[in-house]
Amino acid sequence: MIRQLEHKKPAVLLLSDGTRWDGYLAGAEGTVMGEICFNTGMTGYQEIFTDPSYTGQVVIMTNPHIGNYGVTPDEAESQQLRISGLICKSFSRDFSRTQAEQSLQDYFKSQNIPAIEGIDTRELVRHIRDKGVMNCIISSEILDSDMLKQRLSACPDMNGLELSSVVSATEPFEWGQANASYRVAAYDFGIKYNILRNLADRDCFIKVFPAKTPASELIAWNPDGFFLSNGPGDPAAMPYAVENVKLLLEQNRPIFGICLGHQILAQTQGVSTYKMFNGHRGINHPVKNLLTGRSEITSQNHGFAVIREEVEKHSGLEITHVHLNDHTVAGIRLKHKPAFSVQYHPEAGPGPHDSRYLFDEFVALMKAHRQ
Amino acid sequence: MPLDTSIKSVLIIGSGPIIIGQACEFDYSGSQASRSLRQEGIEVSLINSNPATIMTDPVTADHVYLLPLNMASIIKILEARKIDAVLPTMGGQTALNLCIECEKAGIWKKYGVRLIGVDIQAIHRAEDREIFRQLMVEIGLDVPRSQIATSFLEGKEIAQKIGFPLVIRPSFTLGGTGGGFVHKKEEFDVMLTRGLHASPTHEVLIEESIAGWKEYELELLRDNVGNIVVICSIENFDPMGIHTGDSITVAPTMTLSDTEYQVMRNAAFKVMNALGNFAGGCNVQFAIDPATGRMIVIEINPRVSRSSALASKATGYPIAKISAKLAVGYNLDELQNQITMSTSAFFEPTLDYVIVKIPRWNFDKFKGADKRLGLMMKSVGEVMAIGRTFNEALQKACQSLEIRRHGLSGDGLESNDREELMAGMGSASWNRVFQVKDALHMGVPFKTVEKITRIDKWFLNRVVEIDTIEKAVKGYKLDALPEQLFREAKLNGFSDNQLGWLLDTTEDEVRARRLALGIKRVFKTVDTCAAEFQAQTPYFYSTFDGENESLVSDKKKIIVLGSGPNRIGQGIEFDYCCVHGIMAARDCGYEAIMINCNPETVSTDFNVADKLYFEPLYWEHVLDIIEHEKPEGVIVQLGGQTALKLAEKLEEKGIRIIGTSFKSLDIAEDRGSFSTLLKDLGIPYPKFGVAETAEEALEVAHEVGYPVLVRPSYVLGGQGMKIVINDEDLEAAVVSLLNDLPGNKVLIDHFLDRAVEAESDAICDGKDSQILGIMEHIEPAGIHSGDSSAVLPPFDLTEGVMAQIESYTHILAKALEVKGLINIQFAIKDEKVYVIEANPRASRTVPFIAKAYGEPYVNWATKVMLGANKVKDFEFKPNLKGYAIKIPVFSYSKFPEITKELGPEMKSTGEEILFIEDLQDPYFVKAYSERSIYLSR
Repeated sequence: MIRQLEHKKPAVLLLSDGTRWDGYLAGAEGTVMGEICFNTGMTGYQEIFTDPSYTGQVVIMTNPHIGNYGVTPDEAESQQLRISGLICKSFSRDFSRTQAEQSLQDYFKSQNIPAIEGIDTRELVRHIRDKGVMNCIISSEILDSDMLKQRLSACPDMNGLELSSVVSATEPFEWGQANASYRVAAYDFGIKYNILRNLADRDCFIKVFPAKTPASELIAWNPDGFFLSNGPGDPAAMPYAVENVKLLLEQNRPIFGICLGHQILAQTQGVSTYKMFNGHRGINHPVKNLLTGRSEITSQNHGFAVIREEVEKHSGLEITHVHLNDHTVAGIRLKHKPAFSVQYHPEAGPGPHDSRYLFDEFVALMKAHRQ
Repeated sequence: MPLDTSIKSVLIIGSGPIIIGQACEFDYSGSQASRSLRQEGIEVSLINSNPATIMTDPVTADHVYLLPLNMASIIKILEARKIDAVLPTMGGQTALNLCIECEKAGIWKKYGVRLIGVDIQAIHRAEDREIFRQLMVEIGLDVPRSQIATSFLEGKEIAQKIGFPLVIRPSFTLGGTGGGFVHKKEEFDVMLTRGLHASPTHEVLIEESIAGWKEYELELLRDNVGNIVVICSIENFDPMGIHTGDSITVAPTMTLSDTEYQVMRNAAFKVMNALGNFAGGCNVQFAIDPATGRMIVIEINPRVSRSSALASKATGYPIAKISAKLAVGYNLDELQNQITMSTSAFFEPTLDYVIVKIPRWNFDKFKGADKRLGLMMKSVGEVMAIGRTFNEALQKACQSLEIRRHGLSGDGLESNDREELMAGMGSASWNRVFQVKDALHMGVPFKTVEKITRIDKWFLNRVVEIDTIEKAVKGYKLDALPEQLFREAKLNGFSDNQLGWLLDTTEDEVRARRLALGIKRVFKTVDTCAAEFQAQTPYFYSTFDGENESLVSDKKKIIVLGSGPNRIGQGIEFDYCCVHGIMAARDCGYEAIMINCNPETVSTDFNVADKLYFEPLYWEHVLDIIEHEKPEGVIVQLGGQTALKLAEKLEEKGIRIIGTSFKSLDIAEDRGSFSTLLKDLGIPYPKFGVAETAEEALEVAHEVGYPVLVRPSYVLGGQGMKIVINDEDLEAAVVSLLNDLPGNKVLIDHFLDRAVEAESDAICDGKDSQILGIMEHIEPAGIHSGDSSAVLPPFDLTEGVMAQIESYTHILAKALEVKGLINIQFAIKDEKVYVIEANPRASRTVPFIAKAYGEPYVNWATKVMLGANKVKDFEFKPNLKGYAIKIPVFSYSKFPEITKELGPEMKSTGEEILFIEDLQDPYFVKAYSERSIYLSR
């Protein structure tokens, strides 16, 4: 048989609504399950696949060709691949980039992550866009629908699922230069390296604490500000984090939250979160900054959001950013505390750098607070 | 900021006639801009000298000025009408230049006209190479290293610093005279001396060569407050060294990581902001050294361009439409996404498909022209193809080109001449992509191909994939071809015809087997958002994936076949006709469906038809669409030869052709049966004969008498036509024709020397016919009608001659049972009128007549074709004072190595309209006195 087809081993994708999609195996052999979601970014697959926020998820990439530029060590967002599995149209086993170290195929194989290619990803996206998020299973070992269905029934529902403590570092670690001007204590709910890179670039020394570390330990390190990271899972399933952040707020020191960190900050003010029909996942999301009137293209990755009406009713909260497509809350500020947060990813990686000013604002806030 | 209500009346400047480098993309942008402004209640005036444009139609603008694009015309308009603002960014370089000229002369100031959508300072900064270079350095962006040398010694020192290869650019010379690439040290001394001599100031710029680097473009939009979005990222398949307009390009970028892409995006923002404060579209080009990743800014165009037309079609985001709104004050976040109509216009489109653009060249029209591609653009048109993968899009683009290829290969037109392939890959011409495929196929090492062409290996690997499939298919018989491999081949863009060739069977057999296996073409939507949001856009492309999104309505439908890529002999005129055909079909209550693959056109604007299929005008795709939509019929007479060529197959399959029957089309096309018809009708025609060999040709020539006109049958724009006066020349001409087009017949007509030429266009409903216009050519017979200046109405034909022309037109229209349009060409000698040819379809001159007389003839003709109206239903009331002249425009400046010479083969790329009051007009007097000046022979 020909080279093109000889590696084509059948693989199956089955959704929890019973629909079946036949394709070919890419990456490692095996069977994986998770919540299906799609990302519309046309660049940045490596950053996406290594983002801890994708823990427990099987990602559909809508860009047809994936793997074209291989894998480069310093473009990882954490130590390993975080997605449970990948669904794509065409998986490139060869790659072109001088700086790249290995092919995506070898990367997946070395970390035992399976992928399925040859899927009409557009049809699939339209399907889950209309039906909403659900669990799925992909396998190159089991091709029988009934057996797959049986396996899939054991897959937990993302709603109510706490995952931060699973992906969080087990021990505190430091990032940046110890003699930097600012000290930031960060809660690791599934933090992306690019957040740390952005802070370090702005003269910050960061100590990253495991998700369930008592607030007192962060406070004891005596930082200039606190950072609440992104991460996977249902924000409503993290009362421990909400309680800790309430304690941090009492310190009256600057707090900056991103994504899950934003949802936790909102919860400290009694605002609840909800699971979206389909999340926002891509690098082309329009957000308007209501304070400046300027708009920015943002990188987003969230399946939960804070309830807008509750923020609006709250006298101590101000909406600073809105999503221009569906007018969901994209950023808030506490009126009486130096704390703010955004639902999206100003650190990018992948995505546009339009919103990096938020890191500058955080640093400025720490500076102002110190004086 | 919302709409600036102080702007009530806007002037849009068009781009004039089509020339190489400035084609119908500006009709698309101008039309969109005009409609966009009128939506806001703004009164739009439009100036353009190109009559074959939709933008100059009353359906597009409030006030149309078909005037030469010069300062005098602008003053004339400003005297006649209160204009608040001028929008010069929609008409290419021509419009910008005119705008700057008026600015310098203080015209805008004098009449209180504001410039919108652009900043003169920004144009200046973008266009002056040195200022731009310095600006880039100031804002911290990288540019090619360079230094100015004023002496030989200094030059040598600089070269040592920069290293080879490098580029020498003499200062203050036109069109880069005396400059060029220096690849090796040994060549440098000679080149430096030549460069220094060529410069009047004895000064050259010595610049690092970035040929072979990866090339990228970003299409962006910026509003008044500085919000910026990237609409499309484009990667060139052909690396630096070939003009972007002559490069195969791909969107989105295929080999850029997010890190690299964001650095590029940031740099583009920086460049835009440094240029000045302007609202509208912009294009920034970059080069990246594949070895080091070093990124360089090449240039910026602060206006809509050919690339932005491509980007609009590639993404579905209407750049010109939004640009126009930004120019009158809106911010991006105040506007809606024009496709979803529910999300914001401030966003960056994302694609779940791949587009490939391939330029279309016409070197065959310019004998002796340098066919190598380089820094100067030489292509005359382009095609775009959409596929779910690069592989599919690349082959679909090949099928769109209409150069007799059925894909990248596997069609019997491959080369296996290693020497030729190696040479071709090293110095690229129109066929390099095919040569790359052939070279890889015959076993030239991958690394060698990569090294010679410097095409990125990711792209080359896709070509290898295509080749691998081809080789796998080749071993089989159709019945034994495994279904999986069959499907894989279709997913990789192989046409049934290609597979037929590989499997040693016919296209029809392959198709039948394919459909029996259930391998069906499905249609997907172009929606800007990769299906994230719902979109009802009727904009589709085909693929072989699972789900079909193009739902078929129960309305009566008409399909209009478009005219494909622009080329000499078939340009924007036919797109004008298609657009009017679509509008007329909609008027008659049909669902009007457009098929076309030319991204520059108005017809491929998804707002024009009820449904747009952006697909090759290639039989297999057209048939699949027809079988999917099941229309009442197909209109073939508006899309030039491209559409007409498909008529025979439509007839074969029993698909209804709207209007004039295939039989009549065939009679008119076939010289033999047409002459028989003329003979039966008693209409004079030049004596002629048909030959299949040189011997036969000599016999025929003696019979009809020299001089004779020699040509192959079934050609476009007089391709290969020659006038010869003796046996020797005839022999040479016939041998070369049969060589170029094997299997063709040669037609030999007696040539009516020094005859006057005229042509007529008419509408007929099968019974009654109405002449739209009769035009007399200023140049004598022997020059292709497309290259002649045609005067409407005739300026010195006698009543007797006019009566003959009129009568023959009516007789022929009726005899051919024309339903729709017909164009007839005449030669007049000694008061006797001969019919040279008849084309029962829309001609190049119909848009010109419609504009000159101010009546919607294509609309009427389409309604007659559809049987909705009779000719008598329309009141013909042409409105023209004096005369209108259709002036051909050439692009010879792109081929400095050949001299302008006109003959029976068409060479002009565009046309202008000029209204004159009387025959004493200086333009006419001059044109008439010089009428034979460029005649070849």
